[in-house]
Amino acid sequence: MGRRLLYGVILTLVLAIVWLLLSGMWWHGIITGLGVASVIMSIYMAARFGVIDGETVPFTNLVRFGSYWGWLGGEIFKANIDVVKLSLAPDLNIKPVMTRVGVTEGSDLAKTTFANSITLTPGTVTVEVEEGGFLIHALDESFADQEAFIDMGKRATRAADGEAG
Amino acid sequence: MDIAFFIELGLDIASAALMLTGAVFLMAGALGMLRLPDFYTRMHAAGVTDTLGAELIIIGLMLQSGWSLVTVKLALLGLFIFLTSPTATHATANAAYKSGLKPLLQRFRPRSPDDNGGAS
Repeated sequence: MGRRLLYGVILTLVLAIVWLLLSGMWWHGIITGLGVASVIMSIYMAARFGVIDGETVPFTNLVRFGSYWGWLGGEIFKANIDVVKLSLAPDLNIKPVMTRVGVTEGSDLAKTTFANSITLTPGTVTVEVEEGGFLIHALDESFADQEAFIDMGKRATRAADGEAG
Repeated sequence: MDIAFFIELGLDIASAALMLTGAVFLMAGALGMLRLPDFYTRMHAAGVTDTLGAELIIIGLMLQSGWSLVTVKLALLGLFIFLTSPTATHATANAAYKSGLKPLLQRFRPRSPDDNGGAS
């Protein structure tokens, strides 16, 4: 219960900050009042749905996610260059492949982060989420490197679940 | 010629460079969409437009808007593109796969029209 209260407070703060940043109405009588009302309404509905937990309020590990996204950004940049090179080569020469990557450990959040990272990186798309892994379509053999997938999976799990994961 | 002028000029040049690079990547993605052979491979080319292309243009616009609420909104926009575009791509790919569209899995290497009188 104590933990849910903490997540509720964090969610309230985040919603209030986002509302203020997006509207810019720091003190505008009735409009700020409506903002407060909408935050309260959102929190009330989220609490009634019972969806206030660590998974829907992932702001406590924002620092870990931040460093992971920094690394992912670099990977995306490199993959983008490779895809552009391949698809714009005067002599088109690709060999698309389907490959599987086993995923067994980690929470749902870690698996989602991993699958989304694969899709976000150009050249690879998660086509199907199966019981024990992901089915991935790669633009060329050179993108379907098992070692690289496993490394990305480890980093995603660490970012989502902490050092223990 | 004071220092503020040069900072302004530097920011303008940096944002122009970022947006131009973004536009080049958008163009490359569009060309890739036209050139690649099947649905799944074209999806990868579309991935170029909504990662590097879109993000570079948003960063360039952030430099233009300066230190204001607009910058915060652009940053949020970039974050949402970052989070939602893989979900949409996965949904599209998954729908195609589930409905039985078979991906091309051989080496694709069309011959140049110069090789034998125009057969592609």
